[in-house]
Amino acid sequence: MSLPVPPPSPPSPFLRPERRAVRRRRGRLLGGVCRGIAEHMAWDVGWVRVAFVVMALLGGFGIALYAAYWAWLPLSDDDRPVSDGSGRDLAGVLGLSALALGVVLLLSSRGIEVFGSWVVPLMLAGAGVAVLWRQSDDTRRSQILSEVSSSARLTTNTALRNAFPRIAIGLSLVVLGAFGALAANGDVLASLRGLAAALLALAGIALVLLPFVLGWWRDAAAERRARIRTEERAEVAAQVHDSVLQTLTLIQRAAHDPDEVTRLARTEERALRRWLYAPTGDASRTLVAALESEIADVEGRFACAVDLVPVGDVARDDRVDALVAAAREAVVNAAKHAGGTISVYVECGRDSVEVFVRDRGPGFDPEAVPDDRLGLRESVHARMARVGGTATVRSAPGEGAEVTLVLPMSLGARSIP
Amino acid sequence: MTDQPSSVGPLRVVLVDDHQMFRSGVRAELGGRVDVVGEAGDTDEAIAVIHRQRPDVVLLDVHLPGGGGRAVLDACTADLPAVRFLALSVSDAADDVIGVVRGGARGYVTKNISGDDLVDAIRRVADGDAVFSPRLAGFVLDAFSSGADDPLEVEGLDQLSPREREVMRLIARGYTYREVARDLVLSVKTVETHVSAVLRKLQLSNRHELARWAAARHLV
Repeated sequence: MSLPVPPPSPPSPFLRPERRAVRRRRGRLLGGVCRGIAEHMAWDVGWVRVAFVVMALLGGFGIALYAAYWAWLPLSDDDRPVSDGSGRDLAGVLGLSALALGVVLLLSSRGIEVFGSWVVPLMLAGAGVAVLWRQSDDTRRSQILSEVSSSARLTTNTALRNAFPRIAIGLSLVVLGAFGALAANGDVLASLRGLAAALLALAGIALVLLPFVLGWWRDAAAERRARIRTEERAEVAAQVHDSVLQTLTLIQRAAHDPDEVTRLARTEERALRRWLYAPTGDASRTLVAALESEIADVEGRFACAVDLVPVGDVARDDRVDALVAAAREAVVNAAKHAGGTISVYVECGRDSVEVFVRDRGPGFDPEAVPDDRLGLRESVHARMARVGGTATVRSAPGEGAEVTLVLPMSLGARSIP
Repeated sequence: MTDQPSSVGPLRVVLVDDHQMFRSGVRAELGGRVDVVGEAGDTDEAIAVIHRQRPDVVLLDVHLPGGGGRAVLDACTADLPAVRFLALSVSDAADDVIGVVRGGARGYVTKNISGDDLVDAIRRVADGDAVFSPRLAGFVLDAFSSGADDPLEVEGLDQLSPREREVMRLIARGYTYREVARDLVLSVKTVETHVSAVLRKLQLSNRHELARWAAARHLV
């Protein structure tokens, strides 16, 4: 049995979990009352239902009892799986209906008028109330959900919108039932008059209550907005604490080391910018995002600042990846030999992608590149050549250096607008 | 070119930024090479100081309490056509940059610019030329790029000329005006003319790509 068993030792009354009867959402036919009682008492739900139907036929006592339980027992939302599926539920309904019909026929044969003047209207009204109450269960549930996560605010609106047909049906049933009950006792005209009077009274009450309801509604909305603001502020505070404050602490500790301070500040700046202005894209998917992530890495390793200016973007593939790797090597080379500020310009044109890496270092004579600049020659030239691209170096002593990478693209079909 | 005798004595500059620390930092970096005649920390203050001092150049922060740099531009450019504005920003957000440039600023530089480059930029703006950072050049190329090869599109406000495009590309690559001039075998003055023409197109063009592009960038 799924019920909690009291612990055998020591039987502290404070520690024992309180067992409350609840109505069950899962596996319910109407309000979940029968299932809730059945689970609470460890009875079979079918017999509980039969008992309620029988009681209902005894002068409507079962209906009143069911309504009372519905009103008082809270709805439980635990999604514990229910053993029997909807098919068996349907069979249960059919069985109960057959039983009810049998009892009615039995009573009728004994000369007791079951379908008396008041039974059908009462059943109509009862059905209406049941529809309305069940609707209110659903709406409350969606409100609870929307409070759990403020982003689910739409759920409430959607639930309310979906609720309107059901509310209308329930109200119509209730009005129809009331009208039927009135008509059964007198002439139709008088009952119509009575109904009109009742509706008028209801409208009056609604009018009186309207300001209170609206006020309550506004308060609830304001409270929700305030909560969202608080959540946003908490998110910003968390971000600032995790990033800026931490970095400022690190900077104070590294105050004696200008390179380290620059590196920390630059890294933090980059992270903060990405958070504030939203990233360009997924580094695994586009060229510019991939370059950004590589450059951030190089900046973290070397004391340099890299300015990336992109025009256009393309999706990543093997050839673009080779271009990214070559560009990274070029930036690393500039960072090692020149330092300072390095400009990276990427232009994704119609039929080629070009990357320019420019530094403002001492420069060199490209004709007389010493062998120790193998990095540039091998990693950059060879990488580009393998994917059908080119790499050229332009430099002169005292003028810095610029590496140009060109990757021809077929038809430019992969260009991202 | 200038309406005031700015060649006589150092350039008169007003600093507008809501961070006192940043203002004093810039003042120190400028180091007497220009005459800082006023400072302001918000839009109202800025408008008052600029009208009172009538400086040659206003260094204008894009983000300011009370409406931003754009509000200062809107309040000053009509009354004081001789005052030039150079936008300074930490923001890379395209709509900020395009906003102040279209509002009348003659250039845009990021706040990590070196003191020498800033003095250079101030001089250039005071002379009526435009100052483009690599990033602004990138923005321009991006905004004017679509339909560039369309032969039906007549060159005009909505189109960069091939030369202007070349100049913009070099600036985006990090070249100084002098380096651009040498690379394209032009005079520095011609490069300045091209950049000013691009600035005018950026300010006046109704090219729908410009708006659409900025909006798209904002959303991304």
